[in-house]
Amino acid sequence: MTAQERTEFSAGLRAALTVLPGIFPFGVVTGVAMAAGGIPPLEAILMSFVVFAGASQLAATQLLGAAAPVGVIFVTVFFINLRFVMYSASMRTHLAGLPLRWRLGLGYLLADNSYALCITRYTQHPGATGKHWYCLGVSLPVWLTWQVATILGVIAGASVPHAWQLEFAAPLAFVALSVPFLRDRAMVCAALAAGITVVLAHPLPLRMGLVLAAVAGISAGLLAERRPA
Amino acid sequence: MSLASIWVAMLGMGLLTFLLRSSFLLLPEGVHLPPILRRALRYVPAAVLTAIYAPELLVQSGAIDFSPQNARLLAGVVAIWVAWRLRRTFLTIVAGMLALHAFGAFLQYFRY
Repeated sequence: MTAQERTEFSAGLRAALTVLPGIFPFGVVTGVAMAAGGIPPLEAILMSFVVFAGASQLAATQLLGAAAPVGVIFVTVFFINLRFVMYSASMRTHLAGLPLRWRLGLGYLLADNSYALCITRYTQHPGATGKHWYCLGVSLPVWLTWQVATILGVIAGASVPHAWQLEFAAPLAFVALSVPFLRDRAMVCAALAAGITVVLAHPLPLRMGLVLAAVAGISAGLLAERRPA
Repeated sequence: MSLASIWVAMLGMGLLTFLLRSSFLLLPEGVHLPPILRRALRYVPAAVLTAIYAPELLVQSGAIDFSPQNARLLAGVVAIWVAWRLRRTFLTIVAGMLALHAFGAFLQYFRY
């Protein structure tokens, strides 16, 4: 590690501190939900390591509990994680020419918060060298916090009284994740269209409403951006 | 749920999530998204993340409940407002949970 790379890495570590207080409760909630949803502790903890994506882990827990076919789980996870394709496409120019092990590692670690921090930094300092070290500095604490939080959640899950209704913290975490994306009119239209569609489609089996909502939301966003505000 | 289905789901989800995350980090430099897809993808987070939580607020016991007696809807509105103004995950979750219990207790009191 050169001096410049060390500077980038520690800048990443410091930036990560700002998002950890949000990741920790989301991780605990995900762990509690997986345990309460009937996934055995070992599998729940392993899932956090293998998948490392809260929204998908929560959705999979619900679907497994409803005995949905595995294919339905994969389609749901595909739509939930489609946003990562957008992230990786916009990160690529900043991480060009890295050795394969770096690209595999940073690919696995790419998360909503880490992406937001990295792309902000890269936009402000486009010419910096060792950008990948900043990304690693951000991603490692995020990853570690997520794992510790979900493990604590899985352990605590069984003993949380049902009257606390802690399962409601999962949709609240999604509120916190989604609202920052509502930056302009088209984004708000996309969210409203998706929300209305999924609610109206709730009698449909196997989360088909989610797929319909994704299509409705994307269409609404594209239509809204074409018209002058 | 069977242990086998949990393992198949876990490994499949892990692979799928990894492929989506690292997609453009692994593809050759010359491969680009068509502009229309790039524009469409911008709306995926807002649409999909909203679609995940909306039924939790509006669908109660299998029916749409768009009424002031739905404590989850009221708590969700509070959480959306906090998220909008403060942009803090932790505060959003805490405010939403407190609102859920406050509205729940309030509705309970007036129902009996």
